[in-house]
Amino acid sequence: MSKAAELANLIGNINAGGGGVNRNVIINGAMTVAQRATSATGLGTSDGYNTIDRMRLNLDSANAGRFTMSQSTDAPTGFANSLKFECTTADTSIAAGERLELEQRIEGRNMQSFAKGTSSAKPFAVSFYVKGNASATYSCELFDGDNLRQVQKLFNVTTDWTRIELSFPADTTGVLDNDSANSFLIIFHLHGGSTYTSGTLDSTWATFNNANRAVGISSFFDSTDRTFFITGLQLEVGQNPTEFEHEPFERTLAKCQRYYEILSAVASTNSLTGPVAVGQDIAGRKAIGPYFYKTEKRAAPTIANVSIGIDAGDTTHSFVFSTGTRSTSGSSTTSTDIGEADGLEGDFNIVVDGEL
Amino acid sequence: MIEEVIKDYGKDGSTVINYQTKIDGVWHSVPLDPANRHYAEILKQVKEGTLTIKEAE
Repeated sequence: MSKAAELANLIGNINAGGGGVNRNVIINGAMTVAQRATSATGLGTSDGYNTIDRMRLNLDSANAGRFTMSQSTDAPTGFANSLKFECTTADTSIAAGERLELEQRIEGRNMQSFAKGTSSAKPFAVSFYVKGNASATYSCELFDGDNLRQVQKLFNVTTDWTRIELSFPADTTGVLDNDSANSFLIIFHLHGGSTYTSGTLDSTWATFNNANRAVGISSFFDSTDRTFFITGLQLEVGQNPTEFEHEPFERTLAKCQRYYEILSAVASTNSLTGPVAVGQDIAGRKAIGPYFYKTEKRAAPTIANVSIGIDAGDTTHSFVFSTGTRSTSGSSTTSTDIGEADGLEGDFNIVVDGEL
Repeated sequence: MIEEVIKDYGKDGSTVINYQTKIDGVWHSVPLDPANRHYAEILKQVKEGTLTIKEAE
């Protein structure tokens, strides 16, 4: 994009109520943060988060196709990373309910600047970079989860990195809740059965109808040669997409940690036990913590239980957790070592998941 | 995928403080917060009749 065009877009968006810094409501659009893992294989049937933070898979349990999802260093100029899909098991006999969707869920409180559902509603500008092993067509959808409304546009993938710019109209129907729940989604449809492809694409905001969501798309699962790369994802107020808003890595990480983080408790190098306070509750169970999150969570998160020894040479105990939005504390599931104030034996991680 | 859910009682022995939940083979502590996606999914599956919350042994 030329500087003149970029400036014109920015001015247009400012006039439409957007523009400026912090204009991108997508978190981790440059695909730089991957706290869970940088690669996951054998995906295809289970929804959820696997690699790159905030990027969620929505899949049908009957999908026959399988793929690997990873954080790639193949990226357009100015980017270090992309999200990569590689098909590992093809599926050319597509059942009606099959689907492969990549999505980001957005809190309602982060969408208020779009004034959706009001007479002052703003248009939506979406931009991203994509690439594949061959030509393909997929669908990009904006979905209002509070009011079950939707709009889609198709985009093309080639063997070269291509910047896609999509403009979606404002929607004067359906106010988004101003809370920390899942209100709005951007969804990429990469594979879909007739349940999602038998209708007519919604070029303007319309009431939820599965049949319209992925009309005219290719199938990512049509060959084991198939790849799909995406990065530089941006959603902003305005009529025209602007250049991707880069931000420092630590800022993106902090944004991601509102939804997921790993607290690493490292053992002291000059003692036998970890540096973590251990107390004892009235039932004889050992209490550990509190552990304060680096970033306040949007809601009370799920905590993966841990197993660790108490004091040197002690047996391993399992700990369960009580959680709040700012901290968590653990308690052993069994009574042990009454009367002592011990440390924990060795390093361990506490996985905190407050994702949408 | 949620595989198993067991009630976790607090110190009074009668108040459920969270659900011990096996997700993709790993046990987790899931708070009773409707805004928590795992708790919401548990409630959904219980309502649909595909999941039963077990008592602690």
